[in-house]
Amino acid sequence: MAGATLALDQATEVLQPGSEDEAIAAFGDGSGITVLAGGTIVVPEISYGYRSPERVLMLTRAGLAGISRDGSRTTIGATTTVAELVDLPAPLGPCAANVADVEIRSVGTVGGNLCAGEGQGAPRGDLQGALLALGASVRSAGEGGTTDEPLDEFMANRRERLILSVSFDEPAAGAFAALDRPHTHDYTALAVSGVRAQDGTIRLAATGAGTWGVRLPSAEAKSADPEAAGLAALDDVELHDDALASAWYRAKVLPVLIRRVLAELEEGA
Amino acid sequence: MRLTVNGGEREVESAPLTPLLHVLREELGITSPKAGCQQGGCGACTVLVGGVAQRACLLPVAALDGADITTLEGLGSPEALSPVQASFHENYAAQCGFCTSGMVLAAHAYLEGGGTPDRPSIQHALAGHVCRCTGYVKIIDAVAAAAGGEASSNQRWLPRTGEESPVEIPGAPA
Repeated sequence: MAGATLALDQATEVLQPGSEDEAIAAFGDGSGITVLAGGTIVVPEISYGYRSPERVLMLTRAGLAGISRDGSRTTIGATTTVAELVDLPAPLGPCAANVADVEIRSVGTVGGNLCAGEGQGAPRGDLQGALLALGASVRSAGEGGTTDEPLDEFMANRRERLILSVSFDEPAAGAFAALDRPHTHDYTALAVSGVRAQDGTIRLAATGAGTWGVRLPSAEAKSADPEAAGLAALDDVELHDDALASAWYRAKVLPVLIRRVLAELEEGA
Repeated sequence: MRLTVNGGEREVESAPLTPLLHVLREELGITSPKAGCQQGGCGACTVLVGGVAQRACLLPVAALDGADITTLEGLGSPEALSPVQASFHENYAAQCGFCTSGMVLAAHAYLEGGGTPDRPSIQHALAGHVCRCTGYVKIIDAVAAAAGGEASSNQRWLPRTGEESPVEIPGAPA
């Protein structure tokens, strides 16, 4: 336990903004700042001494939590907990319910989940796939001011940004399929989220396939033929090979999950 | 920083990023939350924050200024056990005891949230809690009994000084 508390003896500056504007100002260009929202990832890293931040931006009181709806547009604040998403429609609700356990869901946040890459050798960030399939956009702050951009672009240009919220249009139908987890504390080895947008467009995305959640454009292009779509999805991913699942196994299962999601979307038609 | 812990106001001075677990155990001397894995994976440090079960090892204390914390000590006393505590006792649901406080608090939150005796639902609610004695069957029995209203609340089971034990221990000398 001594080792666990040592890191805390260092003088760490803790910034606790009381509003979004204050959070944006405190974040600045993000240099030298460790953002702490739910703490499920950052706090153990500090406790174990893997991370010794000099300045921590604690978002607890920044007013970034909550789900709001404006017509068909849903906006989710960055510090909204995973637990608050559980009752939302597919794919996001069932995807959130599949994250960790009830206690972790009650503190882990949407923003943190979108920033979670690989950890302990396995992909994390389960919500990334569901939000990619929903065609979500991300409002974020940092160098160059506050921007709103599609999540896939945001994730492709990984850079120091403070996520403020994500938003998406309510789909006509949504579906989620995941490999069962051996234990509630395992990250999802592979999950597929699917959405049929109001204009009929099908969007598919996977989490657990690679380090980050990915859209599956080749599978989307063949979505009328679930068998072909499942195989095409293999062109869209660089499959992770880790303790949760081998790349071989993920390659076998990805087409199955794609077929299940497309069948569920078909049922919802 | 000020916390309400088990109904009492406490002023705390730990560094702002100190996990609540260490504030409780080392600054306030409340030892029912156990320091197990200290990365959110074992459930032994679970406490209620505003009635919601959370991992004390993951919560920086600065995020909790003004929060209402309940630990196992705040659920009941030996003279007046909470329904879940009584049920754990009656159903022999503790072995070494390391996971017990977390299990009891998670089960308490489950019942407060309208939890039923349905075993898969109980397993789901307690899924983040590890019992290294592997005593899960009795633990789930206990939660199911409490959820079904079978456990007697406010049961007094510790004898007062000079009083005969109310619990019959088979084979114990008279």
